[in-house]
Amino acid sequence: MLDLRKGIAALALSVAVLAAPAAMAQGTLRIGMTAADIPLTTGQPDQGGEGLRFIGYTVYDALINWDLTQGDGPSGLVPGLATAWEADEADRTRWTFTLREGVTFHDGSPFNAENVVWNLDKLLDEGAEQYDPRQSAQGKSRVPAIASYRAVDDLTVEIITHEPDATLPYQLAWVMMSSKANWEALDKDWEQVAAKPSGTGPWMMTSFVPRERAELVPFADYWDETRIPKLDRLVLIPLPESNARSAALMSGQVDWIEAPAPDTIPAMQGNGFEITSNALPHNWTWHLSRVEGSPWNDIRVRKAANLAIDRESMGALLGGLMIPAKGFMPPESQWFGEPTFDVTYDLEAAQALMTEAGFGPDNRLSVKALISPSGSGQMLPLPMNEYIQQSLAQAWIDVEFMVVEWNQMINLWRAGAADPSVEGSQSINFTYFIQDPFTGFIRHLDCDLVAPNGTNWGHYCDDDMQALFEEIKTTFDAAEQDEVMRRTHEKFVDDALFLMVTHDVAPRAMSPKVQGFVQPQNWYLNFSSITMAD
Amino acid sequence: MLSYFLRRLILVLPVAFGVSVVCFALVQIAPGDPLTAIMPVDATAEQQAAMRAAYGLDKPVPVQYLIWISNLLQGEMGRSIASGRPVADEVFGAVGNSLLLAAAAAVIAFPIGTFLGFLAGYFRDTLLDRAVTALSITGVSVPNYWLGIVLVIIFSVNLGWLPSMGAGPGGSQDWQWDWAHMRHLVLPAVTLAVVPIGIVARTVRALAGDILSMDFVTALYAKGLSRGDVLRHVARNAAATALSVMGLQLGYLLGGSILIETVFNWPGSGFLLSNAIFQRDLPLLQGTILVLAMFFVGMNLIVDVAQAAIDPRIKRS
Repeated sequence: MLDLRKGIAALALSVAVLAAPAAMAQGTLRIGMTAADIPLTTGQPDQGGEGLRFIGYTVYDALINWDLTQGDGPSGLVPGLATAWEADEADRTRWTFTLREGVTFHDGSPFNAENVVWNLDKLLDEGAEQYDPRQSAQGKSRVPAIASYRAVDDLTVEIITHEPDATLPYQLAWVMMSSKANWEALDKDWEQVAAKPSGTGPWMMTSFVPRERAELVPFADYWDETRIPKLDRLVLIPLPESNARSAALMSGQVDWIEAPAPDTIPAMQGNGFEITSNALPHNWTWHLSRVEGSPWNDIRVRKAANLAIDRESMGALLGGLMIPAKGFMPPESQWFGEPTFDVTYDLEAAQALMTEAGFGPDNRLSVKALISPSGSGQMLPLPMNEYIQQSLAQAWIDVEFMVVEWNQMINLWRAGAADPSVEGSQSINFTYFIQDPFTGFIRHLDCDLVAPNGTNWGHYCDDDMQALFEEIKTTFDAAEQDEVMRRTHEKFVDDALFLMVTHDVAPRAMSPKVQGFVQPQNWYLNFSSITMAD
Repeated sequence: MLSYFLRRLILVLPVAFGVSVVCFALVQIAPGDPLTAIMPVDATAEQQAAMRAAYGLDKPVPVQYLIWISNLLQGEMGRSIASGRPVADEVFGAVGNSLLLAAAAAVIAFPIGTFLGFLAGYFRDTLLDRAVTALSITGVSVPNYWLGIVLVIIFSVNLGWLPSMGAGPGGSQDWQWDWAHMRHLVLPAVTLAVVPIGIVARTVRALAGDILSMDFVTALYAKGLSRGDVLRHVARNAAATALSVMGLQLGYLLGGSILIETVFNWPGSGFLLSNAIFQRDLPLLQGTILVLAMFFVGMNLIVDVAQAAIDPRIKRS
């Protein structure tokens, strides 16, 4: 009899524990995004980092995900829909991915190797029935290494790369997996899928009003129990105008806003709202022209400019929401290394270098700089650039600005420093997403990517740097690859290849009701740990 | 009357053609690239070229215009480059929301403007006249986006009485005529109404003042008509011009609310236009401008016909 009571008690406890996630479901979180529209919902989101943050890593998974669970250190790659991956030691172009067992899409269909091939065809095979130009436009350029792929068995996929390329895992973290069964059920029509998407991610999208809102609810069968959302609902609202975002938060229409305007932050804090921030792999630089005749070809001038900027004082412009640059990567980065050139404010040293380079108060250097009055991730470009202009003037560098609208700025960035459209500008103020080896290092300075063929705007080409890039691609041990990237970054800094100014800290303002949020050092976020207080 | 209407309708055709050419040319002149909205910034030159060809942007501009206009004549406005959705769905959905906002602003502005204008015209050169004139000049002069922000700070942030943004708790697609939704309309509609209140009041004041000083008004009084009857005659005489001004104002309310819709995150045509401009979304930009311009042309047509119906002299001329 006693055992029976114990058994009943144990059963009751088990039921309570099993029911706990449902009982813990807490509230609705409404987020004001900076985007003007809901990012593309079919799988491969548009709108850059914000798209992947709110629709990518919520509704979908990649084979390899980013670790978004902690904010104390740099964020690295973790197994996603693949549990293991390795490049064949005999043939480094041949990769084998072991897929996670028992994963289902929101529509209930199983995830398997056939789905991986189908998704890669969706992006890369123009002849495939499911090829989607809109998703391909977002995803194809992210996986340049892939030459071919096939399903080996239900849970194994083989990917062949054009050449040995150890950055493939980072590339695959861009590719979101949509459900083939859902696409088939919706008449093989991506437009219908946009209204009713199905991924394997921790959130399911339940409603969608273009340009106005999207609503997501937890996916109870998510494969990672630690990431099953605690909230009842997540509402995403496009609010591109910063004052409208601030007003919406302060009037209680949303609980969280992205990128509050710096001048509204004291008022928000005074009203009890919280400002969160953390280091982010994002930098605010001047990309320097290295075409023939550019004054930035002289390392003394480059170093002098870097030493002439008092970055700490610049923080006042941004309400303190910045990290003064000590290099191209944030100081917290796993790839920062130990550069010997100290990026700091030392006007005397700057002037000494300029003197050595042949300049002085009576023989000033004139440079022309491309800037934009606004733009995605550009922080506050006009006052920041004017601050730099004044700083450089103290080191006898006179800056003339060429100001163009952001959309046009992107064109000029793609065109490169030698293109007539930049009208002789010798630098471009561009902020960079620097989260992986390609976006962080290779794309800016690779000889094969000189603009307009790629995004090496300044036409820089250096044998030693090229050798380092090659080493990154051919070092298949992750720890050793990190070591190569540290050496690469040391060269970035020691050669003062950019005017390194600040790092963004991804500020967001939120109601004190929002609890349990951990801001990782990553562009993407984990919303699963969040609850809303009463 | 029918022939007058048909004549006016035929005159709309060259205007519509001119509008289509101008709006197509204008968006082509602006620097920038529509592909920026749909491709990662570091897409290769080859990928950009492929996408440019896919959207027909590699063709000469006149050819692009001919393709666009011929599709348009077949009722096809194309697809937004940025969102991939049909332009017609995007534009007419947004125009519907703007129409709602414009109608709400007109309901506030026209009666108030007319009433104040008559009051000032009737009591011309009095303290009341000067007060109404000052009020209408202020209404016309105050930047309405600034007023919108001030109203948001007072009524949304500080008092918490009214929402600061959006077109209802579930978005514009769930619009209902209840307080939960209509409260979203209050602040943008009031903000939008301020300028037309000033313009209508000033117009009506001038009309009423002029008409009241005419001989026929003295004659009406001499015939023994009451003040109310005389005012009815005055109103009838002022109506044609006032209606014309109100029609134009309704056009402005629909198309000229980019700033208000941005401040209040109202999903209307102004908000759509603003986003299309920033994204260089050419098909959406062309479609939105064309629809707004045609709405303006349509409003003018309606006003012309209404004026002719009220005042036979216009029809004869």
